[in-house]
Amino acid sequence: MKIIKYEKIVEEVKNMCIKATHELKDDVVNALKNAYEKEESPFGKEILSQILKNIEVAKEDNRPLCQDTGFAVLFVEIGEDVKIEGGSLKDALIEGIRKGYTEGYLRKSIVEDPLRRKNTGDNTPPVIHFDIVPGDKLKIVFEPKGGGSENMSAFKMLLPGEGKEGVKKFVIETVKKAGANPCPPIVVGVGIGGTFEYSAFLAKKATARPIGHRHPDPFYAQFEEELLEEINKLGIGPMGLGGRITALDVNIETYPCHITSLPVAVNIQCHSDRREEVIL
Amino acid sequence: MSVKKITTPLNEDIVLSIKAGDPVYISGVIYTARDAAHKRMIEDYQNGKNLPFDLKGQIIYYVGPSPAKPGQIIGSAGPTTAIRMDPYTPKILEFGIKATIGKGGRGKEVVEVLKKFKAVYLVAVVGAAALISRSIKKVEIIAYEDLGTEAVRKLEVQDFPTICAIDAYGNNLFEKGVKEFGKL
Repeated sequence: MKIIKYEKIVEEVKNMCIKATHELKDDVVNALKNAYEKEESPFGKEILSQILKNIEVAKEDNRPLCQDTGFAVLFVEIGEDVKIEGGSLKDALIEGIRKGYTEGYLRKSIVEDPLRRKNTGDNTPPVIHFDIVPGDKLKIVFEPKGGGSENMSAFKMLLPGEGKEGVKKFVIETVKKAGANPCPPIVVGVGIGGTFEYSAFLAKKATARPIGHRHPDPFYAQFEEELLEEINKLGIGPMGLGGRITALDVNIETYPCHITSLPVAVNIQCHSDRREEVIL
Repeated sequence: MSVKKITTPLNEDIVLSIKAGDPVYISGVIYTARDAAHKRMIEDYQNGKNLPFDLKGQIIYYVGPSPAKPGQIIGSAGPTTAIRMDPYTPKILEFGIKATIGKGGRGKEVVEVLKKFKAVYLVAVVGAAALISRSIKKVEIIAYEDLGTEAVRKLEVQDFPTICAIDAYGNNLFEKGVKEFGKL
């Protein structure tokens, strides 16, 4: 049995909030540099150069990369042999988010009620996806999810017979419809299978995968590359002003599904593909 | 592409000299407003109250900045999705606004009202919020403070970088760009 202190979790989550909103991972920076090299549109190239410069300026000026520091989404895997001391895991995660967003001067973008819309003032609550796994580790992935890209997400129940082509058509349609709004070049998360709600979860989880990491099943790895190629034929380009690079990557997550169903969810991540991870 | 440097407030001559695709650098005063502030301005107007600032010839920037850290003028301040402000835009242009700054495309109706009222839609580089903040020299909350990040702010800017996406002649850079590079 491993004991992890409540305070330790709070501190780690707080630090993740600040780090993830101020600097991008190497895989994202490299993907943006690569996009800059490949882009043919003069506007697209100029925009990508400003996006790359913004990464430097955020560091130099100690400001978040983007003013929308997102809805705090957490993927938490807790080992069966882990015990939290000093409080509950959920409380520790929420407190970490609260501290991260207030002490880190991050934007508070959460309203306490979807219709009455009063801001909670500290960016809580987060959305937390828990999973219980064997072992004695606690893994926390933090993804601050911007609203502009989130708003362009879509879900559809396809007929099983529509198969791969149906999924492809729906993904392309969704990205085309999103156009300039989700801040391209984007990362496209696709969830296929499971139930109605589970496919949406899978799509979100897919956006959290590092750029360039392919699905372990060669069938889906190939499908990811095929989708990426098709999306980059749309011509949307950086910021939607036209160009070759509309998406930096496409990630697919799948799950078994019912004989009558083929659920597909698409979640879009902006070019500020921010995330952080800690294993305790 | 020659850079156009403009200073607020704008008159019709300045607006008509800006074409879709022009890089436009703004200096002077601009005002911030997002969905909630637009909604409230229009409600105030309908209730016979004064608007928070004189909108004639001014620019509205669609932004909800992150908080300033100690010693900073403003946090990060990049553009938000403009299409959410589409339902309010005809009225705001009627009040005299000559340019709006945001990200993403606009609906057909906005393209039409930009022509009608001779105004332009500018885009700032999305997600380059830290970079944009360097051109903001002074910030003052002037209305709806209770809206937090969505309050109306008066910004003093110098060479604030934008690109004209839709001009007062109905030219739309989004349509043109995607047509040029689209293969599907």
